[in-house]
Amino acid sequence: MRTLVSPSTLRSPGGKIGYAVIFGCTLLLFVIAFLFPLYWAVTGAMKSPQELAQTPATFIPNEWHPETFADAWDQLSLGKYFLNTVIVAGGAWLAQLAIDVPAAFALSKLRPKFGNVMLGLMLVTLMLPAAALLVPTYVTITDLPLLDVNLINSPAAVWLPAAANAFNIYLLKRFFDQIPDELIEAARLDGAGPVRTLWRVILPISRPILAVVSILAVVAAWKDFIWPLLVFPDTEKQTLSVMLQRVAIDMPLNVLVAGMVLASLPMVALFLAFQRHILAGLTAGSVKG
Amino acid sequence: MSSPRSSSVLDWPATASSRAGRPVASAAERRRNRWRRKLKENLTAYGLLCAALVVFALFSWYPIVRGVLLSFQQVDFVNPPTWVGFDNFTRLFEDPLFGVAWRNTLLFTVLALVFGFVVPFVTAVLLNELRHAKAFFRLAVYLPVMLPPVVTALMWKWFYDPGAGLFNSALGAVGLPGGQWLDSSDTSMLSLVFVSTWANMGSTTLIYLAALGTIPGELYEAAELDGAGLWKRLIHVTLPQTRFVLLVLLLLQVVATMQVFTEPYVMTGGGPDDSTVTVLLLLYRYAFVYNDFGSASALSLLLFVALGVFSALYVRLTRKADQS
Repeated sequence: MRTLVSPSTLRSPGGKIGYAVIFGCTLLLFVIAFLFPLYWAVTGAMKSPQELAQTPATFIPNEWHPETFADAWDQLSLGKYFLNTVIVAGGAWLAQLAIDVPAAFALSKLRPKFGNVMLGLMLVTLMLPAAALLVPTYVTITDLPLLDVNLINSPAAVWLPAAANAFNIYLLKRFFDQIPDELIEAARLDGAGPVRTLWRVILPISRPILAVVSILAVVAAWKDFIWPLLVFPDTEKQTLSVMLQRVAIDMPLNVLVAGMVLASLPMVALFLAFQRHILAGLTAGSVKG
Repeated sequence: MSSPRSSSVLDWPATASSRAGRPVASAAERRRNRWRRKLKENLTAYGLLCAALVVFALFSWYPIVRGVLLSFQQVDFVNPPTWVGFDNFTRLFEDPLFGVAWRNTLLFTVLALVFGFVVPFVTAVLLNELRHAKAFFRLAVYLPVMLPPVVTALMWKWFYDPGAGLFNSALGAVGLPGGQWLDSSDTSMLSLVFVSTWANMGSTTLIYLAALGTIPGELYEAAELDGAGLWKRLIHVTLPQTRFVLLVLLLLQVVATMQVFTEPYVMTGGGPDDSTVTVLLLLYRYAFVYNDFGSASALSLLLFVALGVFSALYVRLTRKADQS
């Protein structure tokens, strides 16, 4: 593919050298900027506290203490906080799929009266800065109107607001719009109702978009900080991020760093496993140039 | 509701019943049947929509209204809220931190644009030219985006440590003096911007890269035949071809960076000397430290208005620039 620099320039001797130099520099820069900090954190966790505090810092640990990871797991009760985070993120994911997929399907294929008004009202919420809704949503969570329920310290305080996600509905609707109506017609002729059609016909062919929405949902919930910070005042119920921030001052640095590495591992593993979907999700909603 | 295509879907329950072999109906009966069918379809659709409508009503639409109301109320969660007019706003304006927070937030936003806008674009243009290790570059630049922001913030706080931190160790190794980073009010904001740029540039870079990939190669060829050098091709082909993505991301970035919270909350707590108190940090203090939800809501309303006015002006100006 032709880009800024022409292929013929690249083939010339000067071009070859220039390319090699620029490629080498970029590679080095990327390794230093993006991989080295992670190396520093992983090896830092395995240094002894004395070594971690010494100046100048050592680039390779003098003594290796891989057991710090096990210590961190115990001292920070990471098992409990992992479970909390999995419950919060997993529930947010399920809530988004269970609520947004039928809604997008109804708006795309059943086209009810006032459907476009409803969609419009949902999309308008995308224009609001999230911060502007922080306080009133918090107040709502402490005392749900009509139900008189206080969701503070309950994972539902994260699950339900997460499902009010206009971006998901937009992505899903746009995908469903491309599914030919003939396919639904065929399902109808076979005697399938709308719900059955959604379950048996639409969902199986919507795997790509479901994957994108799922990944976006899980990653957003795992990374979120300010909302869990507000709704989980009970230290037993907190997510990993909130707990790490809370104990950061009191913990020995090597234990804290080990905890940070462990808390990041699921996201890094998820990224390595689903990078294609994650990168697709990045451009799925973004604008076309 | 009128195109033949959509009507085939809307006919749904009725055709199913007509297949059961009903006797031919009179005109009035058909009208009634059609009405009943429409009703049934709408009920099915709203049945599927109802959960979404409930969560939107509870956690989006209602809070929007509630937020505006709260801005003019005093709430203590014991007594019913009382209407206080513009008292909350007056209280904010009298708070010396109010001006500081807006100034700091603007500074953060401007710095974040200088780095967070330029660096990813240059990186994307560069990566688009490289023929090898593309997968590695994409993976590496996006890796920080996957880290929980609290981890990133705590990690960088440790890197910035003036004693045994990574930066001063590295500077010391090459014989340079270390910096105070987060501990001096001169550099604290800049240090936060570095973290934020490092953590977030992966997504913008990859979006730019995707946009660059859609530029037709012939444009570069034609420009080169016309004698345009590297720089001219960048200015006259690359930039115009990606301007829409650039403009939209610029707006999104301003809106996002104006809401910065995690980095100052975790790394500096607003200090030193209030140099990193941002609007959102102040909002957090009002709501959850002083328990003054009215003033906090008033501050959210101001932030919303500021961003709304900015977005409207921005869209209008860029559209005008497009037309001329």
